[in-house]
Amino acid sequence: MQFIQQFINGVHVGSIYALIALGYTMVYGIVKLINFAHGEIMMLGAYVGFFAIGLWGLPFPLALLVAMVFSALLGVVIERIAYKPLRNAPRISALITAIGMSLLLQNIALVLFGPDPQKMPAVISKEAIHLGSIQISYLTIVTLVLAVGFMILLELFIKRTKTGKAMRAVSQDKAASTLMGIDVNRIISVTFAIGSALGALGGVLYAVAYPQVEPYMGIMPGLKAFVAAVLGGIGSIPGAMIGGFILGIMESLTKGYISSQWSDAVVFGVLILVLLIKPSGLLGKNTREKV
Amino acid sequence: MTEKRKRLVINISLILSVYVILFVLIKLKVINRYYEGIMIACLINVILATSLNLATGFLGQLALGHAGFMAVGAYTAAIVTKTIGMPGTLQLLISLVIGGIAAGAMGVVIGIPALRLRGDYLAIITLGFGEIIRVMLFNLDITGGARGLRGIPKLAGFNVVFWVCVLVVAVLYAVTHSKQGRAIMSIREDEIAAEAVGIPTVNYKLLGFVLAAFFAGVGGGLYAHYMTVLDPKTFNFMRSVEILVIVVLGGMGSLTGSIIAAVGLTILPEALRSFSEYRLLLYSALLIVMMIFKPGGILGQREFSVQGLLKRLKKPVVEGGEE
Repeated sequence: MQFIQQFINGVHVGSIYALIALGYTMVYGIVKLINFAHGEIMMLGAYVGFFAIGLWGLPFPLALLVAMVFSALLGVVIERIAYKPLRNAPRISALITAIGMSLLLQNIALVLFGPDPQKMPAVISKEAIHLGSIQISYLTIVTLVLAVGFMILLELFIKRTKTGKAMRAVSQDKAASTLMGIDVNRIISVTFAIGSALGALGGVLYAVAYPQVEPYMGIMPGLKAFVAAVLGGIGSIPGAMIGGFILGIMESLTKGYISSQWSDAVVFGVLILVLLIKPSGLLGKNTREKV
Repeated sequence: MTEKRKRLVINISLILSVYVILFVLIKLKVINRYYEGIMIACLINVILATSLNLATGFLGQLALGHAGFMAVGAYTAAIVTKTIGMPGTLQLLISLVIGGIAAGAMGVVIGIPALRLRGDYLAIITLGFGEIIRVMLFNLDITGGARGLRGIPKLAGFNVVFWVCVLVVAVLYAVTHSKQGRAIMSIREDEIAAEAVGIPTVNYKLLGFVLAAFFAGVGGGLYAHYMTVLDPKTFNFMRSVEILVIVVLGGMGSLTGSIIAAVGLTILPEALRSFSEYRLLLYSALLIVMMIFKPGGILGQREFSVQGLLKRLKKPVVEGGEE
């Protein structure tokens, strides 16, 4: 019974990791950059959600929407200011910029909101459905429905729309898609917008689950989501979803059966194992290096 | 050959005169204990920055866990000293070497999975490694947990730190100007091309990364024996970033640039106490602005040398006649 309970908790966290991991994997697929600032975009999204609910008194769905729109714009602006000038620079320059951007957002949040955690109001009832001795809270159900719903929307968007088709083309070959008349800059902006919006969704759900917001809240979920993206195969969208769920479940089981202090260490142990055994991840394609 | 020897003589006399001046100033009490502390902090940062420069500047792999390697070296060296307990500098040197080896071994463990692959995995693995080390420091008994490790004998003073720092920089200079160093730099320039001309890229990537970890461990050991108390909170991610900022500012691929930036960025926050609140805000903005507008840092990939300076002063018309 305890196993199933931990498993359900894992699915709950895992769906949040999966949402954040989607942002990493989409951006990596298109511009080949680990966007370290993604965790901070998620954090700022959570703050906007917090203000929308607590300060402006918006209902939960509307607050979600506001947070997602805000983060989408933020993601696009960050890409334009910091990453676009470095698109043809050595990769290490872009990586250092991403680290710098992550710290900058963190410290801006620190100056604006102060270092203390603030309590997120309970927007979703804490009550739970009892199935025998297993409890499933409404929060878990709402999180899961939202996460899976948006993943399906994303999948439809990428497979069925013209912009989605253009995104797939750009991730395969940027130069060739320019020749085919695709506006690569627009596609990159759209990618950052969608990824950041999903990150904000994850952020608000995360803030509701551990009912608080703080400037450092983006670091660990961000890192874990990245590990999830690598586990699923970086650049692969279904991979990020699966990776997120696996990682969440694994973390939850570690907390339940081994030790909660070491669960972070286990996550990075997984990363090292994946890189040793199957670096392309579960669903990643083995690409050959071309000169 | 004579040119080379001349340069060596100039450098050695320069180092000696800097040492003598500082030594005399300390003895005459012109430099008080507070300033001496800042100087030692500068020297330790020089060790950390030049070693990170080997991995990030010369090898071209972003490493974000330098504080973790420093912590491994610091704690190992401190524990070794406390268990063996010989007095004096010999004990310190033994502890430093063992601390360095422990950090280097950690470098092997996380370098092998990350460096076999092409791409940016090292950045994320070292980032995770730094966090794991911090969790371990807080939770293990041998490291004293959250209270930290106390009562380390104060074996490191200005003299030892200065000469260890000189030695580290000299070794790094020798490595970067050797056959191995050229192989390491070729990987930075173009990994595929390097492999195509027969350079075993994985081995050299590991070599560069593990050497950097080793010297970070040595720097940590010095830190432990100067501070006498180790607090696990000091070895956090921000410490790694501070070292990275020094490397980026001084110039990735320039040891002398790292030295200048390390001294500058250690003194500056001390001089401007009131601004320390906004230090991290400034550092992060600095990283972004540097990468976009002046990715080479202060010195780029050049090295500062007295002879080059003299040459330039004699012929001010020639642009960039350093080599």
